[in-house]
Amino acid sequence: MQTFDLSANGLRALNSSLHALKGQTNMTEWEIINPKGAHAIAAGVDAPVDITVRGSTGYYCAGMNKQATIRVKGSAGPGVAENMMSGTVIIDGDASQYAGATGRGGLLVIKGNASSRCGISMKGIDIVVHGSIGHMSCFMAQSGNLVVLGDAGEALGDSLYEARLFVRGSVKSLGADCIEKEMRPEHIALLADLLKRGEADGKASPHEFKRYGSARKLYTFNVDNAAAY
Amino acid sequence: MCGIVGLFLKDPKLEPQLGAMLTEMLITMTDRGPDSAGIAIYSGAGQGRAKITVQSANPGVDFKALDGDLHDALGQPVLMLVKDTHAVLEVPLDQMEAARSALSHLRPNVKVMSAGESIEIFKEVGLPRDVAARFGVSTMGGTHGIGHTRMATESAVTTMGAHPFSTGSDQCLVHNGSLSNHNSVRRDLKRAGMTFETENDTEVAAAFISHKLREGSALGDAMGATLTDLDGFFTFVVGTKNGFGVVRDPIACKPAVMAETDQYVAFGSEYRAMVNLPGIETARVWEPEPATVYFWER
Repeated sequence: MQTFDLSANGLRALNSSLHALKGQTNMTEWEIINPKGAHAIAAGVDAPVDITVRGSTGYYCAGMNKQATIRVKGSAGPGVAENMMSGTVIIDGDASQYAGATGRGGLLVIKGNASSRCGISMKGIDIVVHGSIGHMSCFMAQSGNLVVLGDAGEALGDSLYEARLFVRGSVKSLGADCIEKEMRPEHIALLADLLKRGEADGKASPHEFKRYGSARKLYTFNVDNAAAY
Repeated sequence: MCGIVGLFLKDPKLEPQLGAMLTEMLITMTDRGPDSAGIAIYSGAGQGRAKITVQSANPGVDFKALDGDLHDALGQPVLMLVKDTHAVLEVPLDQMEAARSALSHLRPNVKVMSAGESIEIFKEVGLPRDVAARFGVSTMGGTHGIGHTRMATESAVTTMGAHPFSTGSDQCLVHNGSLSNHNSVRRDLKRAGMTFETENDTEVAAAFISHKLREGSALGDAMGATLTDLDGFFTFVVGTKNGFGVVRDPIACKPAVMAETDQYVAFGSEYRAMVNLPGIETARVWEPEPATVYFWER
């Protein structure tokens, strides 16, 4: 176990140590203490290591993550796991705006609530939120899955492409071109797996969720408009 | 960007440390806005005294014998505490308006930063650490306070363009964001009798709320009216003699974090502003909801 005191040694030293981990390494377990809401903690990691942050983080924690498992034993500021490529990020507390934005892969688990714009423009990431999410979540989301055990705020899935959204509670309003869709057996199976991987299988059954997706009626889906771009 | 911090103390034992706590919080927010910084501190209400905080570009000239001159004009004792470019003038509460009027004749170049029973505002161009040190903010006690560090967008980097803005007795407002309809709202408010010192958008928001309060609105209602009448991005933190409030626009892209314990309610643009507050580990920490008014009054 490598223990890194962020207050004492600073962010640059932490992230350059983590970026130096390539391929197979003996230093597979890291603990970061005294994060004190600092920005960009463990951003840009590209190694199969396990990192635990003991406290709350600021902007862009675990951004661009590849391969690593990053746990935050507190809450996360704006843009947690932004543009994640692979690996797993688990937030024990709440997450601020645009959690998992533009994420291309991997799994983001938020055990508290997520704020506005959760999963905005997601492109393949899976996001499991144990609590509720704020407004404009999954705006222009392209692919991947969002699972929300609580409620969703206004304009869920506005201008959605192919991402699948599963919400157990209420949805304040759906965004343009986002509609409720039938839950078929393959969706139940997908959701069961996501709940299990998101450490939420004891909290909710896949049968309690509704599925939302794109109606594919916006002008972007009409081939006659292709020449306009 | 801009950075905002705020503290509303519930536990009187913390009051002597208010200035020190706010200063540390504001310094943490320095990289959100390096242009200018300001702090409003509320203390000493209910003693029958008014405080007028004034600012001068030539304090050596303007503040010389100002207390004596004001004493002569009012026929009442005046206390003056000079702090760098600012001076706090203490007069009997019923003499506050007379003192402001006399000031405008005695020292026409002096700007009034704030006036009221408990408010004092200190603001200047520069980094939070330097501005707070110039005014000795960390030695000040009080019941509640608001700090701001500015990255200017809508008006010039000047002392008068720094936050907080005070447009009514014991009232102040700080802002992270920018307003797009401030010119038309300013015109309406001018017609309604409000006066303005700058072309700044935030001053319009402050005057908008002061005008609503003057018309008899409660603080919560006045803050709620910003959601319908002001267009743009905002997280506002508002101070009054007894209260402290927060409101964010419906899109809420300007960040805000709050923390509450039995001892205080705290506001920060980021959580890191609050990490050294007592008991923060067990505080209730949350993000204020968009288009929702929060306020605390004692």
